[in-house]
Amino acid sequence: MWRLLQIELFKISRRPRTYIAFIAIAAIVSIFQFAFKADGQSYMDLMMQSAKDEFTFDRIQAINGYFMCYIILNTLLIQVPILVALIAADSISGEANMGTLRLLVSKPISRTQIILVKFAAATIFTIFLLLWMAITALLLSIVIFGTGDMLVFRTKGENSQIMLITKDDVMWRYYAAFAYATVALTVIAALSLFLSIFAENSIGPIIATVCIVIVCTIISNINVPIIDRNVKPFLFTSYLVGWKGFFYIGTNADGSTIKGSLENWPAIRKSLMILLAHIAVIITASVIVFKRKDILS
Amino acid sequence: MKTILVAFFCLTAFVSNAQDADALIKKVKAKIDLVNNYEADGSMKTNVTFLKVPEAQVKIYFKKPNQLKIKNEKGISFVPKGAVSINLNNIVSGNQYTAIDAGYDNVGAVKARVIKLLPTDDNADVVLSTLYIDETNLVILKAKTTTRENGSYQLEMIYGKYISFGLPDKLTFIFNTKDYKLPKGVTFDFDDGTNNKPAEKNKTGKAEITFSAYIINKGVAESVFQ
Amino acid sequence: MATIIKVDNLSKQYGDFTAVNNLSFTVNEGDVYGFLGQNGAGKSTTIRMLLTLIKPTGGSINLFGKELTHHRSEILRQTGAVIERPDLYKYLSAYNNLSIFAKMSGIRVTKKLLMNQLQMVGLDKVADKKAALFSQGMKQRLGIAVALVHDPKLIILDEPTNGLDPQGIADMRNLIVRLCKEMGKTVVISSHLLSEVEQIATRMIIIHKGEKIVEGSVDELLDPSHTAVELETTDNTATQQLLQSTKWNNYLQPDKQLQLMMNKELVPELINELVDNNVQILSVNSSHSLENYFLSLTTQTGYVEAFAN
Repeated sequence: MWRLLQIELFKISRRPRTYIAFIAIAAIVSIFQFAFKADGQSYMDLMMQSAKDEFTFDRIQAINGYFMCYIILNTLLIQVPILVALIAADSISGEANMGTLRLLVSKPISRTQIILVKFAAATIFTIFLLLWMAITALLLSIVIFGTGDMLVFRTKGENSQIMLITKDDVMWRYYAAFAYATVALTVIAALSLFLSIFAENSIGPIIATVCIVIVCTIISNINVPIIDRNVKPFLFTSYLVGWKGFFYIGTNADGSTIKGSLENWPAIRKSLMILLAHIAVIITASVIVFKRKDILS
Repeated sequence: MKTILVAFFCLTAFVSNAQDADALIKKVKAKIDLVNNYEADGSMKTNVTFLKVPEAQVKIYFKKPNQLKIKNEKGISFVPKGAVSINLNNIVSGNQYTAIDAGYDNVGAVKARVIKLLPTDDNADVVLSTLYIDETNLVILKAKTTTRENGSYQLEMIYGKYISFGLPDKLTFIFNTKDYKLPKGVTFDFDDGTNNKPAEKNKTGKAEITFSAYIINKGVAESVFQ
Repeated sequence: MATIIKVDNLSKQYGDFTAVNNLSFTVNEGDVYGFLGQNGAGKSTTIRMLLTLIKPTGGSINLFGKELTHHRSEILRQTGAVIERPDLYKYLSAYNNLSIFAKMSGIRVTKKLLMNQLQMVGLDKVADKKAALFSQGMKQRLGIAVALVHDPKLIILDEPTNGLDPQGIADMRNLIVRLCKEMGKTVVISSHLLSEVEQIATRMIIIHKGEKIVEGSVDELLDPSHTAVELETTDNTATQQLLQSTKWNNYLQPDKQLQLMMNKELVPELINELVDNNVQILSVNSSHSLENYFLSLTTQTGYVEAFAN
């Protein structure tokens, strides 16, 4: 298994398309950083629009590396599924397209092994992608903007919230958030892998994955009670943004935040479990489908 | 909220017709006038529905007649704009108001003289200020202000060892807040299934400052207020 | 001689379409086994079933005396294959392609082993060149290297000469002969071109529409008693009628004028008889090539019986 995984990772590392994702992330992140360096205050003003009559705060201190990373992740984690799909959706279909699938399947490796190894490789790719995001969006932002207390803007139902997390309470939340995002994006990798079994080139499964993610995300963001109750709980996209839960800090009776606390850990844990269940179901389905498939490519 | 500051200034134009009440206010004012400037350490708790912030260690700077600054040296803090009115000087300086004696009431365990200040200018934003004064120590225990446009504000003071300067150990500022709304579509947030019902209108917010050490009349640099 | 492949009543059904129907055959150790049929005859489907790419809907496959599905890994470790086009990872070098597939076959891979293998197929000088830059012939050779790198006992080549130039075809032929004669491999080679297979195969099967038409040794199939004779005379219609009235009628191929299937030794007798009947012969073509036979079989299945009997 380990040998096969090494082979798979070697193949991924030698493909030019692998690096598209890393370049895309670096480009998006640097655009964000440049924009906020140049005119971050306007963004802050926009976010604070409805509170600025009542409160004053230090806008310059508010734009720091921690804040930047959150803003970047907020945007980027919606696009990153496409980048994950770029590689994961090629897992089987790419081999079919190149004609190597028949060679692969006629080797003394079980089909279950092939799926598991492909999935493991896609997961490792996802982890590397997130590490890269951590380096560019978090570490580089810290270098450029410094550190400080972190502001988190949140829309909660009809209302919005501003949360302030003290500087010494931020990093562990990022570790947890990146770990959560890895699980969330692994669901996308699993989905892409599953779809790639049915296709003979990677374009179809990439587009299908992206469409599924977009449609589900749109539905997840329709704030209509009937959808909230009956549809949202069954869409995996509702849980993709669960990483943000690590930045929703808990408060005491006085309304002051409690360092190191989470507002709703059970909800995050539940989301995590649902995502893991999605991975288990999709990968099991992939194994079953792939084992039954006639390789005609 | 900004208007509260203006509103209190307007009080200075009022004329008193209740000598007793007026005299008491003058005595209180005289005590307040003992402090030309101060610098104090404190911790600030903010309790506002849309704001989740930690208790902040702050420094409070004051300089006569009405300069006040609350600073968080270590990080970001949200300071209610109306908090400048914790400078009591604003409330009782001048005499363009009508002071009405409203008897006595208890503030906590302390019996306080209640005096209502009505502005003489009909167009003033402040409609009514009610002061609860500790006659023995000549300090204001509580001040309620109603405005035309900006709802009501309330100050509550608990005094300790700086009572001789009329400076509180603990101050609670209660104010009206509006809903805070983010521009649409800027975030895709995690819906953790907790209560998302719209909160009641006319919410109040509370800022609580506990002062730990005052440095009084030792001078404060002008640059602090910039 | 050990049986390497034993296929019994193998079938593959896609909905209403039967790709392979009750196919049975055996391949013995040391055979170069020709698997013949026109495009769409079911050759590739059968070969893919031998390699577990396609699941049969009926019948059984035994390789090396073991049932395929239950001993899949063990069997595939002893099998090498080039299936249709020799497609490889275009973005990897010849060396890396070979290395990857060697590792997948479960053997210990050394640089020496890989370079030897590349040398055998004449690609050692371009070991670091990306497969994308290879010609069809080079890809085919690399495919062969991939199929052989783990030293399999059985080699399955599906249409190995597709897209090759005449020199490439000749090289491939020589390689297959070497594999069998010098290295003792058993080779299954499928093709739709009989001319290619008849020169190297020791045994063969011809399938048509998923069914076995005939199976046997090439020597048997090239028996002179199955010579195709084609006549051309000044009056073909009259000659045809003449032949139909004689014993030669038994050898005439239906729907074809002046074509006979017979023992080569009978040709002089036929010519004498025609001359005696004042037929003016313009040309006589006789051929025992399997190609003719194959063509006739696949265009006219009725002739099978004549051959098979």
